[in-house]
Amino acid sequence: MVGAELLAPEPAAVLAVSGDLFPRGVSQYLVGGVLIGLGTAVIYFGTGITAGASTFLESTLSYVSSVERFNQGTYVRSRDWRVVFTLGIVAGAAAYTLAVGNTAWTTDVQWWRLFGGGVLVGVGTRVGKGCTSGHGVCGVGSLSDASLVNVATFLALAVGTAQLVQALGVSP
Amino acid sequence: MTSRPNADNAEGSPLVLLVVLLGGLVFGVGLAVSEMAKPEVVLDFLQFDDFGLLFVMGGAAVVSGLAFLVGTRLLDRAPLTGRAYGRRLKDLDQNVVVGGVVFGVGWGISGICPGAAYASLGIGNVPILWGVAGMFLGAYGQGYWRSRD
Repeated sequence: MVGAELLAPEPAAVLAVSGDLFPRGVSQYLVGGVLIGLGTAVIYFGTGITAGASTFLESTLSYVSSVERFNQGTYVRSRDWRVVFTLGIVAGAAAYTLAVGNTAWTTDVQWWRLFGGGVLVGVGTRVGKGCTSGHGVCGVGSLSDASLVNVATFLALAVGTAQLVQALGVSP
Repeated sequence: MTSRPNADNAEGSPLVLLVVLLGGLVFGVGLAVSEMAKPEVVLDFLQFDDFGLLFVMGGAAVVSGLAFLVGTRLLDRAPLTGRAYGRRLKDLDQNVVVGGVVFGVGWGISGICPGAAYASLGIGNVPILWGVAGMFLGAYGQGYWRSRD
């Protein structure tokens, strides 16, 4: 009993602190992150490919556009597996949602934020040679200097932009 | 490698597509479990209300980093493509910084990035199609512009 009383305050205090930084807890974040890494590893060990998600945006355009940039050899050669990778991501997220019995979840973020932000994401990831998966996961995992610089840059700008948008009273 | 007769087709072989599908499925489950498929959760991170995204990116980078370490140190070539195991290295130039700035502003406005947006569709988030349409438009615009000369 005495031991339990002595021990009790400590975990509670830890919870209070972590509750501020992580109001939803941390386990789903850690498990999800490890799974994202495992998906990357499966593709890597089987094929030697370090898969990123944003090249799909350009390589898929090569099916319907004659613009030179989209029809470079590396895009045309990789466009099929990039479509399959994207369909796998969609299907995996859908399978998990169905498996745990969740119904469809819909965002409240306004359409113009999704669309306008999406345009900049499309430009920025392609000019910058990668996104949160290509640079953020594969590149950081490779300790690539280009990826570390890119991630530091987009994180800083994203934090500043999101906080500015919030300060302007846009919600959500 | 370049002299291998089937090097050009290796990336599109049925077995490669099957492995990529399997990896994509696990990747998508991870994005759904981690809630990165929800723009609100990403925006909460960027607004310093919930730092969970650090565990997502950190966990994913550590696991993939270990895979790359095993591949480059202990293994030779990937069985399905004959491709040598390597790391993901890109040239650090002005584009890496400029692109990072533009992407960062877009991510901060929307709370979406490409992989998470695909997964968001999977959890039933139909409005994310606004974001996916925007990303394709942006990718098309920069490709068109860069192909002009």
